[in-house]
Amino acid sequence: MTEVNSEIAQRQNWMSLLARGDVEHFERTWSGIDLKPDYDVLRAADTGMVMVRGRAGGDGQRFNLGEMTVTRCSVRMRNGIIGHAYLAGRNKRQATLAAIFDAMLQAPGCLDTFKASLLDPIQDALAKKQSNTDRKVASTRVNFFTMVRGDD
Amino acid sequence: MNLNSPPDQPLAGFIEPVHDAQRVFRTILDAMSHPGKIISLEDLPESPYPLHPVSTAICLSLVDHETPVWGDAEIAVSGQAMTHLKFHCGCPVTADPKEARTILISQPQDLRSFDQFCIGTDERPDLSAMVIVQVDSLVSGSGVKLTGPGIRGTRKLKVEGVGDTFWQSVIDNNKLFPRGVDLILTTPTALVCLPRSTEVGV
Repeated sequence: MTEVNSEIAQRQNWMSLLARGDVEHFERTWSGIDLKPDYDVLRAADTGMVMVRGRAGGDGQRFNLGEMTVTRCSVRMRNGIIGHAYLAGRNKRQATLAAIFDAMLQAPGCLDTFKASLLDPIQDALAKKQSNTDRKVASTRVNFFTMVRGDD
Repeated sequence: MNLNSPPDQPLAGFIEPVHDAQRVFRTILDAMSHPGKIISLEDLPESPYPLHPVSTAICLSLVDHETPVWGDAEIAVSGQAMTHLKFHCGCPVTADPKEARTILISQPQDLRSFDQFCIGTDERPDLSAMVIVQVDSLVSGSGVKLTGPGIRGTRKLKVEGVGDTFWQSVIDNNKLFPRGVDLILTTPTALVCLPRSTEVGV
């Protein structure tokens, strides 16, 4: 059971990274693969809208925050493994590549092969972006103090 | 059918989703406007057993989240058929034939009547189901005599692979008008429509 859960968590992790990756990085990785696996497109990349819902404070009433543009794609490799991708925006090529990578990573042993070349750079880029934002936020930080008055 | 695909996984859908769905929709519209006219369809998508490629194409064009699907025993057992439709159409699958708006029948020999399905009400006849019946073959020019809207004079249609009670249940269905189901009979490559308005003379 735990093994299944950790497999799911692993896949969630790489799918989330693939959704936020950069299409040029995907193209470079794809063209760097010598033996490109054959695949069939189950559901060609298509763009649509999904309603994003939120809760104030995480536990309030649900409300519709707004619609966002999402592109999705599903492919099937010749070994029968199916890969899916859902990502923000309208880049169909990126969705197709992300779905192919999702299918490839599910094959045994492939995660180790592609982690360094495919996933780590995305992780690093995201971490860098986050630390930049953190730094900018920190530099304009204002601390509020409550003066304690002598009430007694 | 793709042999590499495990039996519980969906197959590929339309290659050009928009154009293929429009093309199939036009064909169904043509067939529904001319009851009893046999129309063949080409460039069909992959189809899970036991669905005919034509039945699959009709479902991919018409079925969506508002039209729950019910399949007879053979289709329900196959699993892949329903997985395929859920994946591509986003439709709910129901075990209650009254609740379904799309009915798929692969073994019409066992079919007794159509009023086990949703036939709509006098106020809302549009709420009725569309019934896709898979048959062995369709031949025009002989067989039962069809009359009604969309048919100039009469048209003859011979259907193989259905049980003895099939035509009686089509006649009973017509008597329910304006309620009743709309039938689409399919072979692997062709279809013919029998809307509820069509009268059958055996």
